[in-house]
Amino acid sequence: MSVNMTKGQAISLQKNDGGTLTAVRMGLGWQAAQRRGLFGSRTKEVDLDASAVLFADKQPVDVVFFRHLVSDDGSVRHTGDNLVGGVGQGGDDEAILVDLQRVPVHIDQIVFTVNSFTGQTFQEVQNAFCRLVDETNGQEMSRFTLDGGGQYTAQIMAKVHRTGSGWSMTALGTPANGRTFQDLMPSILPHL
Amino acid sequence: MTAELVRGQNHVLPQTRLEIRVSAGRPIVAGATLSDEQGKVRGADWVAHPASPGVPGLEVSKQAAADHRLAVDLGALPPGAERVNILLALPVTDGSQVADGGGGPVRFGALAAPFVAVTGLDGSEIASYTITDLDAESAVVALELYRRQGAWKVRAVGQGYAGGLAAMLTDQGLPDGPALAAEILDAVASGVARSVAAPPQRTAEGDRVRQAAPPAQETHGTAAASSANSPHPATASAPDGHVAQAQAPSPVQTGPAAAGPATGPAPTGDGGVPHQPAPTPSSAARTPVRSDEQGGRPDGHTQPTQDRVDQPEPQTATTATPASTGGPVDYTHPARRTAAPPAPAPAPQSAQPGAPARPVAGDATGWSMEERLYNQVWGMFEDLARTAAAYRSAVDFAESRMEQELDQVLTDPRSRISGQGDAAREAARAKQAKLVEQAREVLDRDVAQLSAEADVVEPALPPSFAAWDNPVWHAYRVPMEAPMALRLGDLHLPECADLRIPMLIRLPLERGLWIDSGRTSSSATASLADSEETRGLAMDTAVAHAARLLAVYPPGDFAVHVIDPAGSAAGSLAPLRDSGVLADPPAAGAAGVSEVLARLTRRVDLVQMAVRARATDSLPPDVDTAEQLLIVNDFPHGFDDRAVTQLRYLADEGPAVGVHLMMVADREDAAEYGPILDPLWRSLLRLTPVPDDHLADPWVGHAWTYEPSLTPPGSEVLSDVLARVADARRAWGR
Repeated sequence: MSVNMTKGQAISLQKNDGGTLTAVRMGLGWQAAQRRGLFGSRTKEVDLDASAVLFADKQPVDVVFFRHLVSDDGSVRHTGDNLVGGVGQGGDDEAILVDLQRVPVHIDQIVFTVNSFTGQTFQEVQNAFCRLVDETNGQEMSRFTLDGGGQYTAQIMAKVHRTGSGWSMTALGTPANGRTFQDLMPSILPHL
Repeated sequence: MTAELVRGQNHVLPQTRLEIRVSAGRPIVAGATLSDEQGKVRGADWVAHPASPGVPGLEVSKQAAADHRLAVDLGALPPGAERVNILLALPVTDGSQVADGGGGPVRFGALAAPFVAVTGLDGSEIASYTITDLDAESAVVALELYRRQGAWKVRAVGQGYAGGLAAMLTDQGLPDGPALAAEILDAVASGVARSVAAPPQRTAEGDRVRQAAPPAQETHGTAAASSANSPHPATASAPDGHVAQAQAPSPVQTGPAAAGPATGPAPTGDGGVPHQPAPTPSSAARTPVRSDEQGGRPDGHTQPTQDRVDQPEPQTATTATPASTGGPVDYTHPARRTAAPPAPAPAPQSAQPGAPARPVAGDATGWSMEERLYNQVWGMFEDLARTAAAYRSAVDFAESRMEQELDQVLTDPRSRISGQGDAAREAARAKQAKLVEQAREVLDRDVAQLSAEADVVEPALPPSFAAWDNPVWHAYRVPMEAPMALRLGDLHLPECADLRIPMLIRLPLERGLWIDSGRTSSSATASLADSEETRGLAMDTAVAHAARLLAVYPPGDFAVHVIDPAGSAAGSLAPLRDSGVLADPPAAGAAGVSEVLARLTRRVDLVQMAVRARATDSLPPDVDTAEQLLIVNDFPHGFDDRAVTQLRYLADEGPAVGVHLMMVADREDAAEYGPILDPLWRSLLRLTPVPDDHLADPWVGHAWTYEPSLTPPGSEVLSDVLARVADARRAWGR
């Protein structure tokens, strides 16, 4: 029942059985740049980075990205930086795991972003995707195809936010430009 | 090195004595014909076949089998023979399989592609050929060995004959081909009765490759004759992946390996179904073919043309039949089941479903219980650090939000009217209180969980991890091996002072320890007006740590030296000195200081040299290879510049070669040295004799209150343990 998102589409996702989400994973996968020529190592690799920003009432409180792999409270974990991408087999090259039950009480939104650290636009990246998975059952809830997109180097993927006693998710898919999540802050704020 | 031939390709043979291995998924007949330069077989005595397995220079197996080895000596061929054709045929006679409802495959297309390889006598493969693209043929010329200008070569032929063996023999110039073919197939059929019972089946994945060939020899008693020519049957019998894969799915071999007899009924209604054409000779295509064959099974073994020579005993055949047809083939080795790896160390079980997970000691990863407990304690440490971080972050946020809202109320002119301002202030405070309350709830929940875990973990800790009041110390026995970590004390946070996390550091020590006898920031020290008392406490702490180190290392593997220039710590050192566990009496005076330092410096130097030269076994006999701990009290009393330099050398170079420093000092005492000793202090792990919040965790950097691990007041545990250590040393003569 994976929702294949088009860019900019915003829909709310609740868990199918009416329950609330307890753990989500944002997975990011892309294909390593093709090596060409004799000096293959000189060709530019593509490095995409997944980040998650934790907001409390529209103020960024904590961030999880390749230089800070675990949020201070331990609820959001990045599995580690991948600098070159995979081989395009469809697996996640970077993932951010969120244990929603352990997110501190004042955090009410978590925004997921993808940046091209090496500067290639998503037009130049092959087989790039970004997906949100319900970790409890492995079900993919939404998926974006990033490659072949426009002239931008970042995307604000989705946000997970508190609703009532539980959590729900809104897919954003907003294009932006920036090297790391800091550059995206102005673009993120309107979505909070 | 192996040449993988394709049809028509040839390859030079480096020697004339060869072995030809044939492997097919099913029992097949292997034979050979000799022919002259014109390609003509000069007579029936130039044909090696099951009824007449030997011709000069050539020997074949007497019966059908899934694996064959043909011994060939090209130098011993009869004069005039210039070519050797290796033939493969399915053990059927024309048309009979139609009548009996399909006793076996009548076409190579229904089998996995047969694989033939030419090997040297040592089993090394010279050339191999997988005969693909066969379809309706029931006989095939696999290889041709031929002499070209004096040198022997092999060519991959792969010429199939839909007319079977008879057509093939006729084609090679034998006038009575059909008669000879009938004789061959009769011999194959009668070979059934002679063959011995199938050995225990083996198809487990790990076994397949290594053992594929030898059981085939056992099954076909006469096949051993040919393999007997091989000087190295073991190595020669190691077929490569082709062989193993082609062979493994054979029902003959997998049948008894299935879950057991009669696990499923024989398939019904398929006896008359003609063999399904297999689109490709892949293993996937074999299953339907096989179940078809099984339909004709009950009377199959009485038919002269039946192909199941590997199952000579009807009983074996009938028990195997239902098992092998009952469903998907079970490739599990029956013997392998019992040889399953022993159950892993009892994994901690989570509680009954529904109830919150009951904490279990050792609930972490690790190769030993000690490692699991170590990891669990560190896991608790991290969990508490992060839980506290979440709580503090939430509280900070609540405060700042309230401040903002209160500011807003102040700047809003409407708040001055009537009670609106007060109401807004109340609301802001209520919001803050609510959030803090929520955060506290979460913290309490997590702390309760961790406390429950600590309650089960603490009693389970081994001596090196355990507090001095742990009963494990009363049951202390000298250990046989060094522990992985040492408990230096407890850590706790102000939010939950009752939850103590053991502070475990890895052994051997990577840096020295500094027990700060100076003024600490905590209020506990301020009340100790007398600095002498603090010094005494610091020395007591040092002795407790040293005693623990002595106790948790095997006797003789850890030596403690003491420098006490003024003899001021005699009281604290009494337990160590009286039990006789010190390597030498506490050094006093400047002479003592320089003597001990010189000795340890020499040891570090020698061991470093030995390690660099990889000659650790040629150290002088007076160098103690045990880990060394030097306790320095009252630094820098009794130290001259040279001694200070040596001390710094020991601090820098010692830990790598097993010389550790434990300074009991007040930094203020050494203030006259100025900043040059700062690197020394920084290189040491600072501990305090009284609770003090100077240690940070590696994850979020909270300030944790450290409390040293001391013996309970009035307890004799320390001297008891040290007495046992001393006894063990005497008993071991160390």
